[in-house]
Amino acid sequence: MRMHSVLRTSTKLLMPPIMLFGLYVQFHGDYGPGGGFQAGVIFAVAFILFALIFGPDRARAVAPSWVTTPLCAAGVLLYAGVGLVTMALGGEYLNYNVLAADPHDGQHLGILLVELGVGLTVWAVMVSIFLAFVERGRVETTAPDPESGDAPRD
Amino acid sequence: MSLIQNLPALQVVLPLFAAPLCLFLRHPRLAWLFALAVGGAVFAIAVSLTMTVGEVGAFSYEMGGWAAPWGIEYVIDPLDTLILCLVSGIGLLVLLYAGPSVEAEIPRGLIPQFYVLYLLCLTGLLGMVATGDVFNLFVFLEISSLSTYALVALGRDPRAQTAAYRYLILGSLGATFYVIGIGLLYMMTGTLNMEDLARLIPEVADTRTVSVAIAFLAVGLSLKLALFPLHKWLPAAYTYAPSVVTAFVAATATKVAVYVMVRIFFTVLGPIDAFQTLPAAVHETQVVSFLAILAMLSGSAVAIFQPNLKRLFAYSSVAQIGYMMLGISMVSVTGMTAGLVHMVNHAMIKGTIFMALGALILRLGWPRLERLDGVGYRMPVTFAAFVIGALSLIGVPGTSGFISKLYLVKAALEDQHWIMAAAVVLSSFLAIIYVWKILEVAYMRSPPADAAPVREAPLIMLAPLWILALANLYFGLDTTYTIGLSESAAEFILNYTPGEGPGFEHPLLTGHGAAESGGTH
Repeated sequence: MRMHSVLRTSTKLLMPPIMLFGLYVQFHGDYGPGGGFQAGVIFAVAFILFALIFGPDRARAVAPSWVTTPLCAAGVLLYAGVGLVTMALGGEYLNYNVLAADPHDGQHLGILLVELGVGLTVWAVMVSIFLAFVERGRVETTAPDPESGDAPRD
Repeated sequence: MSLIQNLPALQVVLPLFAAPLCLFLRHPRLAWLFALAVGGAVFAIAVSLTMTVGEVGAFSYEMGGWAAPWGIEYVIDPLDTLILCLVSGIGLLVLLYAGPSVEAEIPRGLIPQFYVLYLLCLTGLLGMVATGDVFNLFVFLEISSLSTYALVALGRDPRAQTAAYRYLILGSLGATFYVIGIGLLYMMTGTLNMEDLARLIPEVADTRTVSVAIAFLAVGLSLKLALFPLHKWLPAAYTYAPSVVTAFVAATATKVAVYVMVRIFFTVLGPIDAFQTLPAAVHETQVVSFLAILAMLSGSAVAIFQPNLKRLFAYSSVAQIGYMMLGISMVSVTGMTAGLVHMVNHAMIKGTIFMALGALILRLGWPRLERLDGVGYRMPVTFAAFVIGALSLIGVPGTSGFISKLYLVKAALEDQHWIMAAAVVLSSFLAIIYVWKILEVAYMRSPPADAAPVREAPLIMLAPLWILALANLYFGLDTTYTIGLSESAAEFILNYTPGEGPGFEHPLLTGHGAAESGGTH
């Protein structure tokens, strides 16, 4: 891929808008179409595109497994934890009304946190699955890959 | 809300919350102890729910405070409590047993992940039972199925992966059929709440859409519960999965699928008698009883020729699912009681048998028949429990298996289904053959002269094994709980009538007292 400067440059151009759009879908999910699942996928797409063009090693440097694996769990914990908090505050499971003094604010806060949990887990799982597949053959065939290791500088 | 009122949610949420926490416990033993504590708490919740339902009757819980037909409702009724106790009780015993077995069979680094998957599977199974919403049920179906596929793939044998893959394809097919079915029902009624569906379905009962929905639901759920001839995923999955997984899945997963079948066809579709009017196969015999009889006979017959004990009892499970479906297909209180009580008893039987096999695998390796010469003398304590389970499987008087068969035959004779009664007896004879083959090898032959002495399985594995084995004997003599709970569940489900509809308009339409809902998930 070192020679394909068009692909490399356009990837670099595309990544920030993709991520920004992911964040928009995440946080605008309260008002419009979207939400954690779609946002997580879009955000992961940026990483997958990066890994496709620049190789899994550089992608792993940004999203190492000690980040992705715990995040898979952290999102679920955030989601379920919000439910447990509402329960502790005297409401039903995931009854956001009790999260703030005003039920309206409570609903906003609750759905924001829950969708954030969904987004985190979906992003982490997507990246983990993709990198797991990509790295699978490399562990078994130990022949040095000329592309890996030293990353191109620019 | 008090803690007691929140129990229906906690029943499902506790293992869901605990599962990802296991990932952070790097030490295998720590993860095991944590999962064990969660299993104990879940079982305690199930027992207290049973007592609550016994006192006040069925009750419901509104998730997120949204009123029932619009929000997701959890309904706990007598049928639910029976299955909740069964699943969480077996889940706890298998967890107790899991410690040494998992350490021996799963790579050390994957053990915390194993408990994550185990607790997720438990979450899914409990959620399917507790929920009162058909789509929520689908979500939990997927949670339990996906974790089961991964658990099966953890088996040491490379064939575990093909088995898991086949299970994945067929299981996903079943789940897809189920979701198509409820999609079609939703199209006609505009609701996913079980009680609301039962209320609205008679109006649209004669449409082709509903007929197609019933067909999809019947085939999808039959795949999930491995009803003959849709059982092809089951033998390989049970054979190559780790011992702990086999014991847990064999004792609970298919039972919960049977429960879903009963729940969908007798409550959601109950008012239109969908189950009774499934296309008949032979004269007036229902297609399900026909398939159940075929399952009983073919499963038992194939089991006779299996040299691998895990595969043998997997085929026996196919036959046992036939018994359950046979009882249910009679659509009488006695028949339904027999089907439900066999769910409970078979969970104890197969729990005992697969736990004993897991102990044999721990000490002796792969349980092939030719390697078990004199095993009854080499591991007497383990094998004695196995014998109790096997006798119960045949239905020897004094064991719980006898009670289920007694009720099955009684129900068949009540309605003059002579062929069904004969099939139960014939299939039991076939069971005698395959069990005898094992007992002959284990007790009539002496251990090979060069056999190294083996120790018994560790106490922590023997204890739950013997608890289940003794439960087989206890529930064979005292049927107050099993028959009592099953009978009240059967009466409840067969006489199910949906309650009155909600007395108020949709809160969003009338615009009072509700906040707007958030984005999609």
